[in-house]
Amino acid sequence: MDIYQEVASNVEQGYSEKTKKAVERALAEGCPPADILHRGLIAGMNVVAERFKSGHMFLPEVLSVAGAMKAGMTLVKPLLAGTKQSSFGKVIIGTVRGDMHDIGKNLVGIMLEGAGYEVIDLGTDVRADKFVEAVERERPAVVGMSALLTTTMLHMKGVIEALEQKNLRSDVKIIVGGAPISNNFATEIKADGYARDAGSAADLVRSLLKTDRHGNPL
Amino acid sequence: MRKRYTTLALDSASLLFGRSTHPVIRNGVTIGGGAVIPEIKFTLPPTDINEGSMADITAMFEDMVAGVCKRAVELHQNPIVVEFELLPEMTINPGWGELITVRLRNVLDDFRNRDGLLSLLRITPVDIRELQKPPLRRSGRETELLFDSFRRCARAGGDMLSIESTGGKEVTDPSIMAADLRGILFGTVLLGCADMEFLWGRICAIARETSTIAAGDTACGIGNTAMVLADQGYVPKVFAAVVRAVTAVRSLVAYEAGAVGPGKDCGYENAFLKAITGYPMSMEGKSAACAHFSSLGNIAGVYADLWSNESVQHIKLLSGMAPVVSMEQLIYDCRLFNVASKKGFALNFRDMLVDSDARLDPQAFILKPDVVLDLSTTIISDGDDYVRGVRTAKKAVEILEKGARTGEMLLPEREAGWIERMKIALEELPPSKREFFKEESDRWQGVVDFSQYEFSESGIEEGIIG
Repeated sequence: MDIYQEVASNVEQGYSEKTKKAVERALAEGCPPADILHRGLIAGMNVVAERFKSGHMFLPEVLSVAGAMKAGMTLVKPLLAGTKQSSFGKVIIGTVRGDMHDIGKNLVGIMLEGAGYEVIDLGTDVRADKFVEAVERERPAVVGMSALLTTTMLHMKGVIEALEQKNLRSDVKIIVGGAPISNNFATEIKADGYARDAGSAADLVRSLLKTDRHGNPL
Repeated sequence: MRKRYTTLALDSASLLFGRSTHPVIRNGVTIGGGAVIPEIKFTLPPTDINEGSMADITAMFEDMVAGVCKRAVELHQNPIVVEFELLPEMTINPGWGELITVRLRNVLDDFRNRDGLLSLLRITPVDIRELQKPPLRRSGRETELLFDSFRRCARAGGDMLSIESTGGKEVTDPSIMAADLRGILFGTVLLGCADMEFLWGRICAIARETSTIAAGDTACGIGNTAMVLADQGYVPKVFAAVVRAVTAVRSLVAYEAGAVGPGKDCGYENAFLKAITGYPMSMEGKSAACAHFSSLGNIAGVYADLWSNESVQHIKLLSGMAPVVSMEQLIYDCRLFNVASKKGFALNFRDMLVDSDARLDPQAFILKPDVVLDLSTTIISDGDDYVRGVRTAKKAVEILEKGARTGEMLLPEREAGWIERMKIALEELPPSKREFFKEESDRWQGVVDFSQYEFSESGIEEGIIG
């Protein structure tokens, strides 16, 4: 097993300390940080994401894997600062105005972080102007909106219109999800995509950004 | 002042649908007096709620309630219960909730006067206290608006007051995702019970002041979140089953603080609460699939005094509008319950409801009447809420383990190790609430505003896990 496989294997098993030590050793051996990220940390997480999606792992296990990946990332990330490799892209997520449900959104955040994206969570009951402010400030690649109520889902359209008014719409991809949301609704409000569950959100983001599982352009 | 239940109100032979020890009687309607009654709830299709749309919204609510009343009359169903669950905007603007309550009341009264259709209206403001992060449970604008909403809806024609309260949810949400029983117990029985005591003391006072019925609560935000995540394969079903048992400790506090039922429909923990309190309960099962999936479609009916659809959008289906469709389904379900009772087959029918679900899912297994009675006895054992919660969780794990071992309950292969994991987690808990609080409170700093939870209000002496 090479050092990258060792990092990946420790991530897969959710061993935070062992992952950290393996990453330290890889760095000491002169492995490029970008390779440690892609061939080790992300590779391990990708295996787990697939297992989770196919129903072979529970969320708590994914969380400990995400914790192991994070532990490794704390060592690698500073070395990648300012390079394209520091993250696969920024994603802003939030539950729209009037809606207090956040567990689905949180799950999406976990899966996206695990897939290598930087996630900025605006929380629940987020007004359109807050989404706009966050897009102006953070310049994300993707905005993800969640709603669980039939009476709040329409606010998604308001956010998209607010981004259009500020000429920010073309800068970001917009994804939507939540119990009452459908693909048709996403098309109707001119979102770029609909994710039916947390597991498919990362795939959707990858496909919208036209990147592979290592963040490389397709 | 909160009372404490120390004995069960019902035994195996009397734990049955349609029957309770203390029926709720109002306006000619008796709940839990022998018959199961449909409880219908509906919600708006995609609609923006604002001042300008209120005329359309009230018209839609009138249309929905008139539709379900008309179908009840056509199918000879009498009486019915209607629940109006306010949306967040309608609680934040109590005048809007009040206006809709008035309109619903008027339609219900018209049907009573014209067709003799008896009905009760349950009103359920939404727990907007969690709009703030960390939630402000006892102070702030949202808390005032919540109680104002209760008061105004009660005066506007509501008969029964309920809520899906969210005390402790700031801790249980992440704990469910992590299948973390320590967090579940901290959020549910320490924070949750403390909040229930505060909340239900005040709701009961409003009920007295407005001559309405303090009905009951549900730990939907905890138990049903775990259930839905288990259904999606995100967390183990055995874990969700233990969470359900623990939520009964929390929801019981409403009755210890003065609520008298009927318990709120989405609280599957109502099975335990019915056994303990003898108050009537609303339950939902197969005919609530329009709102969410579950593995409890038949077995939930065992404990139903009201039989609910949970909620359905006002959209057109092939036969008619969805709330009317739901009403018809509930009516036929209730006919079957009630004919079984009339013919003296209630216990046989109960067995069928149990046997059709119980083996197939751990969450259904813990709702078997013998298990419910066993767990209910544990829930009311001596001790504070923490002691009750820990004992209940341990007992639930023990019951699930035995069920899996004997083959009485199917345990999905991927869940095999989880019973042992939960046992270990429970064994590691400290013996007293004080120590548990000390151990856990640091972990939740910033997530919980501890000034919003008063633990000493109950006057219940601290217990030690025996």
